[in-house]
Amino acid sequence: MAKIVAVTGNEAVANALRQVNPDVCAAYPITPQTDMMQRFSGFVSDGKVKTEIILVESEHSSMSACVGASAAGGRVITATSSQGLALMNEILYIASGTRLPIVMPVVNRALSAPLNIHGDHSDAMGARDSGWIQLWSENAQEAYDNTIQAFRIAEHMDIRLPVMICLDGFIISHSIERIEYLEDEQVQNFVGEFKQLYPLLDLAHPVSYGPLILPDYYMEFRKAQAEVNTKVPEVVLDVAADFEKISGRKYGLFETYRLEDAEIGIVILNSAAGTTKDVIDEFRNKGIKAGLLKPRLYRPFPYVETGEALKHLKALCVLDRADSFGSSFSPVYMDIASSLYPYNDKPILINKIYGLGGRDYLPEHAEIVLNELIDIAETGNVKSYKEYIGVRE
Amino acid sequence: MADTLEIRWHGRGGQGTVTAAKVLADACLSGGRHVQAFPEYGPERAGAPLRAYNRVSSHELRMHCPVLHPQVVSIVDATLLDSINVTEGAKEDAAFIVNTSKDPQEIRKKLNALPTQKVYTIDATRIAIENIGRALPNAPMLGAVCKVTGLVTLEHLLEDVRKSFGKKFSQKIIDGNLEATRRGYEEVKEG
Repeated sequence: MAKIVAVTGNEAVANALRQVNPDVCAAYPITPQTDMMQRFSGFVSDGKVKTEIILVESEHSSMSACVGASAAGGRVITATSSQGLALMNEILYIASGTRLPIVMPVVNRALSAPLNIHGDHSDAMGARDSGWIQLWSENAQEAYDNTIQAFRIAEHMDIRLPVMICLDGFIISHSIERIEYLEDEQVQNFVGEFKQLYPLLDLAHPVSYGPLILPDYYMEFRKAQAEVNTKVPEVVLDVAADFEKISGRKYGLFETYRLEDAEIGIVILNSAAGTTKDVIDEFRNKGIKAGLLKPRLYRPFPYVETGEALKHLKALCVLDRADSFGSSFSPVYMDIASSLYPYNDKPILINKIYGLGGRDYLPEHAEIVLNELIDIAETGNVKSYKEYIGVRE
Repeated sequence: MADTLEIRWHGRGGQGTVTAAKVLADACLSGGRHVQAFPEYGPERAGAPLRAYNRVSSHELRMHCPVLHPQVVSIVDATLLDSINVTEGAKEDAAFIVNTSKDPQEIRKKLNALPTQKVYTIDATRIAIENIGRALPNAPMLGAVCKVTGLVTLEHLLEDVRKSFGKKFSQKIIDGNLEATRRGYEEVKEG
């Protein structure tokens, strides 16, 4: 039976990792992730898991250790935030290009400079083209559930790609919420035994990892990697269906909230989606047809399904907790714009940047955006296509 | 209790305010309720003003932002009354619970509380010194909040305090905290 507890997001994810009991964990501390790996290393010290933990001297080394251990044939984890993810960047591409099913919670935090330890999505957005699968999580429950499902997705024999599980720094990682834990045995049965694929340590069948590929074959290799990405959404849905059977909790490629008959809508990731849902209920009570779409599988991005879910709206705002300097719009906006481009009839699309460096996202921000969308839907007039909100002028 | 009860805590770093919010969240889990407990994170310094929050509800808590309109405001350090507007955003029927040796009437005047708002006082620091030997007022404040809100029974709260403190502290400290919590519950005064 499910066990109900009040724990932080970090504690919930650390417990999911304990229940999975991976072979190898490379760990390096960085706020706000530190407490997660500290808890996990406690499980190692107390003999609660059989994991071999490698305490490394940087995140570049931690991802390098993960690559080595995964190629050797182990089930491998690490976790990071912010500068740590940025420092891993070079090795992220090696993990995905080598098709290694490493699982890594990313506790989202702003990037330096200026130095800031609080939550925004700039870190994971910088890794969105790295070939990793990204699952985003609204709250501690979703972070826990996504972590467990990540192993099945990463290790699927048709996929074999690394997975990041994104959760908001402090807002989720350090806040206590009610969540339901599955039994250890349920989790272990769900993820199953790790299946090796061409392990380096299988000395009877020697293989090479990390070879040089010249112009004669590099492009074929990259095309194959792109094709694997097209299989990911179906696997994510299959794994979600199996997860629902043991948990009762339903997951998709994204979550829609009161969207089907909506005229105006908001697209928003992670914890701010919850606050927005409460405000949407208030607008619905006033007779305004507002709805929401919260991406879950953000990489690879399910363009067709997302466009289908949003195309009927009159006006739509993408709220992003990160900017993309030098481009016209922010990361999620660009993906949503791409998903809607093929349709002749589509919503007027605007972009807001909120919550950078842990700035609070308040109900009043959602209200301002929804009121602006009502106006756009009625008049077709747009004041500004891209704007920072909740900021001093 | 309204559908969702929102609590704001004002304290200073080192007084156990964040721990009090956490223990309350844990105690409120019973009966299928949803809970949240979270501090406002900043540079964590002993003595610096801090806020922490609780939400308790019969339905899923989706709001992930600070409590702006609390029904209960728990002031763990009365010196904050001179520097911070603790009544900011409080609901018209809010309850203020202040750690002070002063009379509730006097605090009501100082807070300039609305006639519809309730003011409670509890000498939590004295209780803490008498029972724990240190000025750690969080346990009696927790008892007082529990009495005023009626969120959980005293027995249930004491069981949770025992569980939370049992992991870290000696039996003497645990017993002191249990007695301090019970006294906070029993000695809180309305005015």
